[in-house]
Amino acid sequence: MPRIRVEVDGVTYEDDVEPRLLLVHYLRDRLGKVGTPIGCDTTNCGACTVLLDGTSVKSCSVLAVQADGRGITTVEGLGIDGTLHPMQRAFHEEHALQCGFCTPGMIMASIDLLRENADPSEGEIREGLEGNLCRCTGYQNIVRAVRRAADEMREPARQRPEVAP
Amino acid sequence: MNGREMGKARRRSEDARLVTGKTQWTDNVQLPGLCHVVFLRSPHAHARITQVNVEAAKGRPGVVGVFSGRDFADEQGSLPCAWPVAEDILIPDHPPMAVSEVRYVGEPVACVVARDLYTAVDALEDIDVDYQPLPAVTDMERALRQSTDLVHGDFGTNQSYRLVVESGDVDAAFRDAPVTIQRRYVQQRLIPTAMEPRAVVCRPVGEEFTMWSATQVPHILRLMLASVTGIGEHRLRVIAPDVGGGFGSKLQVYGEEVLLLLLARRLGRPVKWTESRSEGNLTVHHGRDQIQRLTLAAEADGRIRGFKVDVLADMGAYLMLLTPGVPTLGAPMFNGIYKMDAYSFTCTGVFTTKMPTDAYRGAGRPEATFGIERMMDELAAELRLDPLEVRRRNWIRHEEFPFTTITGLTYDSGNYEAATDKALALFEYDKLRAEQADRRERRDTVQLGIGVSTYTEMCGLAPSRALAQVRSAAGGWEHATVRVLGTGKVEVVTGTSPHGQGHATAWAQITADALGVPFDDVKVLHGDTLVAPRGWDTYGSRSVTIGGVAIHNACQKVVDKARRIAAHLLEAAETDLEYAGGSFSVKGMGGEGASMTLAEVAEATLSAHDFPEGVEPSLDSDATFDPENFSFPHGTHLCAAEVDTETGFVRIRSYVAVDDVGSVVNPLIVDGQVHGGLAQGIAQALYEEAVYDADGNLTTTTMADYLVPSAADLPTFVTDRTETPATSNPLGVKGVGEAGTIASTPAVVNAIVDALRHHGVRDVPMPCTPERVWRALRAAFLEEPEEPGGARPGAAGGLGPVRGGRE
Repeated sequence: MPRIRVEVDGVTYEDDVEPRLLLVHYLRDRLGKVGTPIGCDTTNCGACTVLLDGTSVKSCSVLAVQADGRGITTVEGLGIDGTLHPMQRAFHEEHALQCGFCTPGMIMASIDLLRENADPSEGEIREGLEGNLCRCTGYQNIVRAVRRAADEMREPARQRPEVAP
Repeated sequence: MNGREMGKARRRSEDARLVTGKTQWTDNVQLPGLCHVVFLRSPHAHARITQVNVEAAKGRPGVVGVFSGRDFADEQGSLPCAWPVAEDILIPDHPPMAVSEVRYVGEPVACVVARDLYTAVDALEDIDVDYQPLPAVTDMERALRQSTDLVHGDFGTNQSYRLVVESGDVDAAFRDAPVTIQRRYVQQRLIPTAMEPRAVVCRPVGEEFTMWSATQVPHILRLMLASVTGIGEHRLRVIAPDVGGGFGSKLQVYGEEVLLLLLARRLGRPVKWTESRSEGNLTVHHGRDQIQRLTLAAEADGRIRGFKVDVLADMGAYLMLLTPGVPTLGAPMFNGIYKMDAYSFTCTGVFTTKMPTDAYRGAGRPEATFGIERMMDELAAELRLDPLEVRRRNWIRHEEFPFTTITGLTYDSGNYEAATDKALALFEYDKLRAEQADRRERRDTVQLGIGVSTYTEMCGLAPSRALAQVRSAAGGWEHATVRVLGTGKVEVVTGTSPHGQGHATAWAQITADALGVPFDDVKVLHGDTLVAPRGWDTYGSRSVTIGGVAIHNACQKVVDKARRIAAHLLEAAETDLEYAGGSFSVKGMGGEGASMTLAEVAEATLSAHDFPEGVEPSLDSDATFDPENFSFPHGTHLCAAEVDTETGFVRIRSYVAVDDVGSVVNPLIVDGQVHGGLAQGIAQALYEEAVYDADGNLTTTTMADYLVPSAADLPTFVTDRTETPATSNPLGVKGVGEAGTIASTPAVVNAIVDALRHHGVRDVPMPCTPERVWRALRAAFLEEPEEPGGARPGAAGGLGPVRGGRE
């Protein structure tokens, strides 16, 4: 079995894994990182989205061995010392979640969206989140939350703790 | 009640764990010795099982057990149907795991229990099943016409039941009617698609069992597990932890839940099963699936004389918990908000070799609302009236409430005029009509249509005696316990079981107002039969109107108990005490010793050192609320759709929803419910369809084929409210969970048809994909009627969201 070395939410792990083991199963079943859920088996829903070296990936379509030597951020690794990441805060403030099952993936994809485009229009947010499905909110408040987080994250004057990514 | 919290847009207390990943989904449960279960499922729509060989699979390393249906035949019982709608209904046996015959693709045939998921999946390959194929039955109308290809051979028919409800003189209403309109509409089959797939964990402890399940109905599940397996209800504990959406699909007692219990008992080990999405599309109960034949008779001025409804409802292969009842919820609803002289409703339940249908958001009411709201537009077109004008001439006017409808329901309150006026103003109706006329004039390739839906619905599914009248086995009440702890903090135990609705927040708001305590001092407990032993759970937009009111009533009892104690301690008469802001005070007296807070009463109650004679030292109170009537939210939805006549592509340009859900506990949550409801209703109109081929194979097993819309496929909604309080409960609240879904589907289809009607298009079958819109237009141009159902459903459910169409 191949041995991998990964950093997940700031902790380094070294494990022997089956070559076919999916990254999301490695995170959930081997590391206990159950904050990242699984919503489908065809990479359509995006519930399992995490950041791999800062870029969003659907962890159900990445093999654990492909993550060897790389850094992973899950929703559990956002924020510092109990402070929410601005995106998490925005989702709460704008009521951008109901059942919350898509939320970890939605938040991670939204963070990556703002990394690529710090000031997206509503249309750009909708297109940018096309790979993440939500069944509860009709997306209206998710779009608002991403806009709100974008405004907050672009505001340079306020003192905030630096947050991943 | 001082109203500090009611109506406040509180951010939800649930969110803290949900945005940080500190959640308790059933699939997150880990236990020592936990084994994983996977199911082998039928690849045939209909076949006799002649042999199942599990020996090779059993020999694999890591495999704990392999079982076929035969191994559980003596103990697995039959899955329950709690709504036998007619005396002579045919209800087939429904073994959780098939023993001798399979009747839909995906039916469980065998299962593997192994130390981990990968090992279990590998072992499935080693199970051999011999099938002798039988005819698939996939078309309802054909299923009824013949008696050779039967889903259940013993029955001699594919008809499960036929229910007829009639009111008024239907023949007289249709005789010599100046206008008669006849239409056939198809409510396509849908897959509810909660984002969290089903998951079940069962742990045996001696002769007792704890089950975690991604369910909406822990109480019903516990009761039914006991009745199906014979295990005492008191030996079963069911926990619904964080549940990731349901929309009716988790209002069920699934075979997998029964089997996990039996596996845990047989193996003496904890077991877990989590479905894959593809497995879920096949085997989570489906929704809708009706053929409606509707006939409306009207006067020349548009006033409705009579309405005849004839529904064929696809049951699928078996009758699950509410399968036969769901389409019959249309019986009192096809008349909508309108007055008429006569009405008839006939519903025929038909067996096919497909996954059973059951409740999906709205459950029977979206189908009915679609039928009447499409017909109102057809009537308007026939009479060349504005669709809103024809509605105005028929709807119940606000001064006529309470109003007993042709179907015998009494609508307690409403104001259709006010909701419509507000919607028209937000929508800029006249401006859009002018643009529509201009585009027609210019023969623009993109035409504009305006769709109207003025809906009401019945929700709450109570009182209990009304459920008895329609032969439902369920009760309609809800239970609450309010406990005041010694420190004055409050625990509220509710029988509702939220899975995204925000009860922890909204119930705390109701409690905070009723007791006058701070919001943060209230903790809501739910979803575990050990913690919240009594209740009927969450479905049918019942939670706030029944469960929320039960909490309010329990709080009143707490105050009544506290009043006696406070009177004793303040040395005043009970009648001289007033309670406000969480504090008792002696009327007309101020200063020290003239008042005490609920917390102080609670502290005195805990010690009970100085207590009135004959009073039990407890403030805790229960309330069980069974309302006198359903609640009837209503509203006016307006949709403007641009339809590209060259490609068939539909774009929703604007959508206005003005809903009246009575008094509002939390507007943030209400808006969220409406948004999500709209998305699902619009998805039925434009994108989603569960497609079975002629052999009974589901071809939409993945999210690539079954098109749940993304953010890019939906517009921004404009939502607003009118507030006409319900008179059937002390809070004035009405349900909101299903309203958006019920209202929006006909609004969208009416808009599409309105855009194309001048081309001769009278209908576009759902989902209105580019291909279907284009075919409807072509058929109208050629004046050749399309085959019923229009374009054949494609493997990808019609490729709805593809930009620009396919042709």
